[in-house]
Amino acid sequence: MTLSNRQNNAVVLFRLLIGWHFFYEGITKLYNPSWTAKAYLNSSSGPFKWFFEMLSGDGIIGIIDYLNILGLAGIGLALILGFWDKWASIAGIILLLFYYISQPPFPGLAQIGTEGNYFLVNKNLIEAAGLYVIYCFPTSQYFGIQKLFGSSNNQLK
Amino acid sequence: MSEEKSFGKFSRRNLIKGLAGIPILGAAWWAGASTTVAKRKESREILDLLNINAAAPPPSGSMEGDPVRVGIIGYGGRGSHLVRVLGFASEDWIDSAKEALNTNPRDTRLKSFLEQENLNVKLTGVCDVFDVNAEKALNSFNTDNNKIKRYRTHTEMIESGEVDAIVIATPDHWHAPMAIDALNAGVHVYVEKPMTHNIKETYQLREAAGNSKAVFAVGHQHRQTQSFLTAQNVISQNVLGHVSLIQVNTNRNDDNGAWQYNIHDKASPNSIDWDLFLGNAPKVSFNKEHFFRWRKWWAYGSGLSGDLMTHDYDRVNCVLKMGIPKSVIASGGIYTHNDGRNVPDVMQVNMDFPDFSTGSSQKSGKEKGMTLVYSATLGNQYNRSSILMGHDATMELGNSLSIYADPQSTRFKESIANGKINPQIPIYQYDPAVSDVDGITSATSKYFADKGLLWTYRDGKRVDSTYLHIREWLSVIRNGGKPSCGIQEGFEEAITAHMGGLSYKLGRRIDWDVEKQEIVPVEGYDLDEVLLSNTEKIT
Repeated sequence: MTLSNRQNNAVVLFRLLIGWHFFYEGITKLYNPSWTAKAYLNSSSGPFKWFFEMLSGDGIIGIIDYLNILGLAGIGLALILGFWDKWASIAGIILLLFYYISQPPFPGLAQIGTEGNYFLVNKNLIEAAGLYVIYCFPTSQYFGIQKLFGSSNNQLK
Repeated sequence: MSEEKSFGKFSRRNLIKGLAGIPILGAAWWAGASTTVAKRKESREILDLLNINAAAPPPSGSMEGDPVRVGIIGYGGRGSHLVRVLGFASEDWIDSAKEALNTNPRDTRLKSFLEQENLNVKLTGVCDVFDVNAEKALNSFNTDNNKIKRYRTHTEMIESGEVDAIVIATPDHWHAPMAIDALNAGVHVYVEKPMTHNIKETYQLREAAGNSKAVFAVGHQHRQTQSFLTAQNVISQNVLGHVSLIQVNTNRNDDNGAWQYNIHDKASPNSIDWDLFLGNAPKVSFNKEHFFRWRKWWAYGSGLSGDLMTHDYDRVNCVLKMGIPKSVIASGGIYTHNDGRNVPDVMQVNMDFPDFSTGSSQKSGKEKGMTLVYSATLGNQYNRSSILMGHDATMELGNSLSIYADPQSTRFKESIANGKINPQIPIYQYDPAVSDVDGITSATSKYFADKGLLWTYRDGKRVDSTYLHIREWLSVIRNGGKPSCGIQEGFEEAITAHMGGLSYKLGRRIDWDVEKQEIVPVEGYDLDEVLLSNTEKIT
């Protein structure tokens, strides 16, 4: 299947927007030394509450905070610049699914800090699905650093 | 394609498409960094303006040396907690803590107990008029390392020569008689609140403490709570301006909170030394409810004003050091638990301090005087925070602390006008707990935890504030110094509580004579008789 320029541009735009979102989140946390995920983890609900509360423990929270900042900024960097974007998409999906199951929009669970109404599907899940789309289209062969070092088997056709 | 300019092996178009992400990345980086740094700078400016330091608590000293031999008087609910912080948990408690841990992996009570520092104490004596309690202590604490004896009366324990210090966790009417006897014998005392049950013994106890070399401490453990230490600094920096009104509250709506404690099935005239329980209280025949739910009667307890207002009064007094109110007016009634009790379950106490000021940001002399309102119900547990209302800012105080600038503040006028301070958003917050509320097991526990009466934080770790308070007392015994809640603080707490009780019972204002250091007499009444009379009100 060959994609039109418009189709290619649309997926690239999608990648840049998600990349911006990740990168900006990572950078604001990086520049705020007092930021910690402790409160977020402690407010977890649903079947994996125990797991996220465990991650908020004194000994481990520092590492979790570091990994979260590194993950957000790194994934955002790769998506914006357009290299290793398949790996970045997979990492982003995993990170978003962690956020999703820490506060899942399941019936009967309190939804903390959400501005809309959600049932099973929320923005974390949609953004994860968005990253799956990006994973399926090798857009960095079309727009991104990888274009300069492109490998033929990943090129858009 | 063939006409396109090329740079080395890349065409211009390819180069643009390859590197166009870089300026986008730069923009996101710049936007994220600059907004975060600007926000932090603003926040830093406000903090510099306020200059609040969450003062590090004075560390209590070494526990080295000979073990302090402690006797516990009253091994009931509170007594067993106090003994636990000394390092002695009953087998029952350990079993129940293990069970709690099985159902809730985040219940840290057992872990905290096991990790607690050894305070180098021997528990050598127990007094309890209920055989079941005394035997529980004997069975749990008689070990190779610790020999404990049961004494029938407190005087036998004090005179035994086997105790250096006693912890008093009895009904209120026994606090002062026991504390006075111990101090006279040179035995150190830790007594639960309220310090005394009537006015006369308040003075007698003050005299005994003054004449004794023994260390005397009252169990207001919140003085160890970090948020209260921070609040002291807030006041000393005059962040709030002139505080004209303070409201503190009791909000409870459960049986335990209304002192409807369990009646033990082994309670009988054979297992309870009834006459000893009564002591100086009016003689009545054996009554299980009076024994287990003694807080419901003036004969043994002190009602809301002595039992719970004392916590709130001392929470404010440790921050403001305002002392005894000039006048007190109380009202209320038995509106939620009409079950034969004669202490009120709804009570409002207005305490006036017309000559007191926390400081002012306005013209000298304009502001002076403050009212402290204690408002309590045992029929609703909607959480009302303690609030200190100043001309410049409002402080909400509990285990955490928040300060909001007042829109009409003089001190913050400029910062509010130029948008640096938003009165809707706290200008200072201290919350060490985040949402760490494990181990809080009942509505009453939650009530105490919110008030900073159960837990505090040291170096990011949760610590039992009672443990720190007991440790401070033991440190003063060993190393010298002064307990944070000693006889003067206890005296102020007790007199204020008694003024509240008197005002409620007599239905009139009760005044304090600062010069004479006494409650102004009310014609026609013996105030101690009024306070001790086992009736709801004197009409």
